[in-house]
Amino acid sequence: MSDLQWVAACGVDDIEEEDVIRFDHGDRTFAIYRTDKGDWHASDGYCTHERFHLSNGLVMGSVIECPKHNGRFDIVTGAAKRAPVCVDLKKYPVKIEGDTVYIRI
Amino acid sequence: MAEQQAHQANQANQAHQAQRAKRNYSIIGPESKRAQERGLASAEWYTSPIPRAKMKELMKRRNGPAIRDTIIWFGGLVILGYLAYLSWGTWWAIPAFLAYGVLYATPGDSRWHECGHGTAFKTPWMNEVMYQIASFMVLRSATPWRWSHARHHTDTIIVGRDPEIITERPPIWKILLLEIFHLYGGPNEIRRFFLHTVGRMGEEEKEYIPESQFRKVYWEARVYLLIILAIAGACVYAGSILPAMFVFLPSFYGAAVVITFGVTQHLGLYEDVLDHRLNSRTIYMNPVLRFLYWNMNYHVEHHMFPMVPYHALPKLHEEMKPDCPAARPSLWAALKEVVSALIKQKKDPAYVVVKPLPPTARPYMYGIEHNLDIKVQA
Repeated sequence: MSDLQWVAACGVDDIEEEDVIRFDHGDRTFAIYRTDKGDWHASDGYCTHERFHLSNGLVMGSVIECPKHNGRFDIVTGAAKRAPVCVDLKKYPVKIEGDTVYIRI
Repeated sequence: MAEQQAHQANQANQAHQAQRAKRNYSIIGPESKRAQERGLASAEWYTSPIPRAKMKELMKRRNGPAIRDTIIWFGGLVILGYLAYLSWGTWWAIPAFLAYGVLYATPGDSRWHECGHGTAFKTPWMNEVMYQIASFMVLRSATPWRWSHARHHTDTIIVGRDPEIITERPPIWKILLLEIFHLYGGPNEIRRFFLHTVGRMGEEEKEYIPESQFRKVYWEARVYLLIILAIAGACVYAGSILPAMFVFLPSFYGAAVVITFGVTQHLGLYEDVLDHRLNSRTIYMNPVLRFLYWNMNYHVEHHMFPMVPYHALPKLHEEMKPDCPAARPSLWAALKEVVSALIKQKKDPAYVVVKPLPPTARPYMYGIEHNLDIKVQA
């Protein structure tokens, strides 16, 4: 049986389109995204290259750019798109219920 | 707040006094371990409080400014190159090629830098194409320098971690003087091309370039060497060094402004701090110099927020002004400050220039022991 559970991360109005926010849960940290198409995604909070939080980065369409070294990830797949990131980002399922964004962690 | 600042400065000074002994700047030496033990490696750095909405506006990418500047740059190179060609064989060739060389190497350096960050153009492939061209123009292996520069941003002027510290303390004047004609870094780079061509990587490079990139590095070096050989072949065929005067040699004879800008970025300021306001220098420059340098005179701003493209740095500077020491008024003033500091560091390696902060600023962050608990106003 899986230990994964849906956790309320933020309200739907907390993130603008083409933006990202930070969500901390226990000792873990995540990045919650809204792309230019309005769809929602979640990933680990820190860049896989160095320990810098992606919530300070820039969302361009469905790409997130790390604020420190400008490495890029595909928000939809988590794939590393531009050096210096080489390792993909771990993604988490997202669902919207009412005005709340949930992630499964 | 004044007491806290004095306490921090005192602690930092004590640390620096302890560093009077000559340090090992190698990134694979004992200082690397020391920096990690002190929590200075891959640490969290101070950032000025800029509201998220403003940052998003400043980080926005555009193609227009970089396309315009690239057309002006290459247009200028064609015009100056033609004049230099016409002057070949006369004394006019000296100023003509000097102008061509400066216009070749100086924007070559700044375009290499900005496109390496991927912020100059909005379109990713444009950044990449310009990065590859500019890397060759300034004779920097594209992939190794991408990783070296990433480390420079992670651990800016942290001894034992940053591979891009121009000269150690006390300064080695010979390096700085040789760099006027790129005669220190240039031959080093060519040696590295040869090393990479035969499938070998330097020990220091292994420290910051992941193994997955090695193959790419080797192939890039082979392409660079082929281009250099082609230029050499053209010279032999023409019975003249003229072809090399247009490609390859300008990286050397046109390097004076590159090193002039380069020394003003960090030299004479703090090492081993986690606040770019202490280890980087912002300078006011005229529009011509800013065109050549692509606004890298806003160096504190660039290091603190590398996501902001060059064309938005003046605006970022205005936002950060209340939180930063005053910008140096001119390139000349900055150079005087650097040279004076280096002369003092020859006798006292612990000497650093530190500028007062305005009353609106948050205190300097000298090390990890000062958790400022900074909250950004939304």
